[in-house]
Amino acid sequence: MNIHEYQTKDLLKGYGVPVPQGKVAHTDANAATAAEDIGGERWVVKAQIHAGGRGKGGGVKVAESVDQVRQYADQMIGSSLVTPQTGPEGRLVHRVLVEEASSIVKEFYLGLVIDRATQRITVIASDSGGMEIEEVARKNPERVVREVIDPAVGMQDFQCRKTAARIGLTGKQMSGAVKMMKALYRCFRDKDALLAEINPLALVEDGSLVAVDAKMSFDGNALYKQSDITELRDFDEEDPKEVEATGHGLNYIALDGDVGCIVNGAGLAMATMDAISFHGGKPANFLDVGGGASPEKVGNAFRIVLQDDNVKIILVNIFAGINRCDWIAEGLVQAMKDLDINVPIVVRLAGTNVEQGREILKSSGFPFIMAGNLDDAATRVVDKLKGATP
Amino acid sequence: MSVFVHNHSRVLIQGFTGQHATFHAEEAIKGGTTIVGGVTPGKGGMTHLDLPVFDTVSQAVEETGADVSGIFVPPPFAADAIMEALEAGIRVIVVIADGIPVQDMVRVKRYAAGRKAVIIGPNTPGIITPGACKVGIMPSHIYTPGRIGVVSRSGTLNYEAVQQMTELGMGQSTGVGIGGDPVNGTDFVTVLRAFEEDPDTDAVVMIGEIGGPQEVDAAMWAKENMSKPVVGFVAGVSAPPGRRMGHAGAIISGEADTATAKMDRMEELGIHVVRNPAEIGATANRVFS
Repeated sequence: MNIHEYQTKDLLKGYGVPVPQGKVAHTDANAATAAEDIGGERWVVKAQIHAGGRGKGGGVKVAESVDQVRQYADQMIGSSLVTPQTGPEGRLVHRVLVEEASSIVKEFYLGLVIDRATQRITVIASDSGGMEIEEVARKNPERVVREVIDPAVGMQDFQCRKTAARIGLTGKQMSGAVKMMKALYRCFRDKDALLAEINPLALVEDGSLVAVDAKMSFDGNALYKQSDITELRDFDEEDPKEVEATGHGLNYIALDGDVGCIVNGAGLAMATMDAISFHGGKPANFLDVGGGASPEKVGNAFRIVLQDDNVKIILVNIFAGINRCDWIAEGLVQAMKDLDINVPIVVRLAGTNVEQGREILKSSGFPFIMAGNLDDAATRVVDKLKGATP
Repeated sequence: MSVFVHNHSRVLIQGFTGQHATFHAEEAIKGGTTIVGGVTPGKGGMTHLDLPVFDTVSQAVEETGADVSGIFVPPPFAADAIMEALEAGIRVIVVIADGIPVQDMVRVKRYAAGRKAVIIGPNTPGIITPGACKVGIMPSHIYTPGRIGVVSRSGTLNYEAVQQMTELGMGQSTGVGIGGDPVNGTDFVTVLRAFEEDPDTDAVVMIGEIGGPQEVDAAMWAKENMSKPVVGFVAGVSAPPGRRMGHAGAIISGEADTATAKMDRMEELGIHVVRNPAEIGATANRVFS
């Protein structure tokens, strides 16, 4: 789960990470007031959306006067911000963060991740801040340093000193860097984060270190013990179809093809999309109905897939382990009765109670296209589409 | 033999009296698995499915000689249950729960270091040596005894591959689901090593997913250390970057993480890569015969 920059900064500030003085504003008037309250002569106005690359899309502006703060806030709030990460439709901006502008001397990168290779929390740091760390790692891998944290004892001071020294933070800056790393680590661990990034971590004119931009994402599976983080969730930043799917216990991700997919199991769902692609088709979505799929759940899956107007055909691929094919089939038939479905439906059933499931579909009278196996299913889908489009 | 679980394995079920655990324990017993009892804290002394229930894993191990545990407790309690099993000396721990916090697993792995136990999962359908022992939730009727080892991250894709193989007359020595989480107990290398050392396994089918370095690490290990052929597939060629595809571990976070990049690299390292998931069985049949 992702949160906004201003939320991340509030959270980190509570742990002792120095952040620029700032206020969030929902209107241009509020933004102007915020700038006056903060004081100073230069401010940064930052659009608050979850996607990165905001600067490239005009979502981060430096203002030299309160009027300019108002003007930038007015431009941003209520308009769609397109960044390299939002897609062409962009993301609607509901609020901006107004901050004092920092006088940056040098930019660094500081991050914490759960490293897949060591399977431990790992510090990533670089003296090349302000750009994407993936890009630094690709172009100048020697400028990215890593430090693995032993979960038994947690982050040690020496590891922070070592990391600071390796990116050139020495003297007074070293102790500041140690404090910042330890604060970031405590927050990461306490809140079950999956990623924390301070980028840039800025060395400013007075010699101190400030988190000029910060991003965190949290483990959705740990939210049951993190109620304060759960409250920071912003549904405006999520695809409504995906939110609805989650509410029904379904795992749905919208894609840009025309073959709707309803599958059980994440691996099989991906493989089903792959099989469609292999035969030249394009999946419209990823959808995992999960284990214990009741007829109602199947109906909901259809409802969500059909909200996508691009869907021209649906492939249902179920390999029932804890699921039961007869329940899935009942759900399919019910969905045909309840919903106005006018796209062809290819069904492949396998596993527990497969014969009962096929019988239910056959005797229903609905024109399901039955497939024997995965290859047959993908082929039928693609052939049917080709036949339908001249 | 087979790997990790065998016909002489003595299986304990943690979270024994729960609905799912009960159903899958009954299924396993029907299939010939030796379940010796279970653990449900607070219900020690009861009998469930005609088997003894204990309050703690240590008591259960002492009384029954269990050496394998299937953990069916819900995700918030799973890390504690795994560590309890480790402390009690269980050698093979199978963790079914889907949704254990990643940092819980980071701590569990630290606790497990040096203990020589195998943790299968979490977020796994489990492990099955057909006809001998099943610890998990997979539909056992699709598996048949044979000489091919199957290892996958995904559960349903394990079923898919096994069904394709079974239809072509290829049985399995052991089927292992290592689970879909980013921090998991056992990686592909560990399972490949076990299959390489198992005299009753002739060849291996390995099914990975987008995200993480495990599949390529395994291919590198296999190139140096394996005499048995490996057929490989990686799911998620059509997955967009940055989106988590169901499994917490299935997210593309770098170029090396994509399914295509992994399969290309695996092919270079000598794995028999299959690009169409519908042809896993056919490819295995061609390569292994």
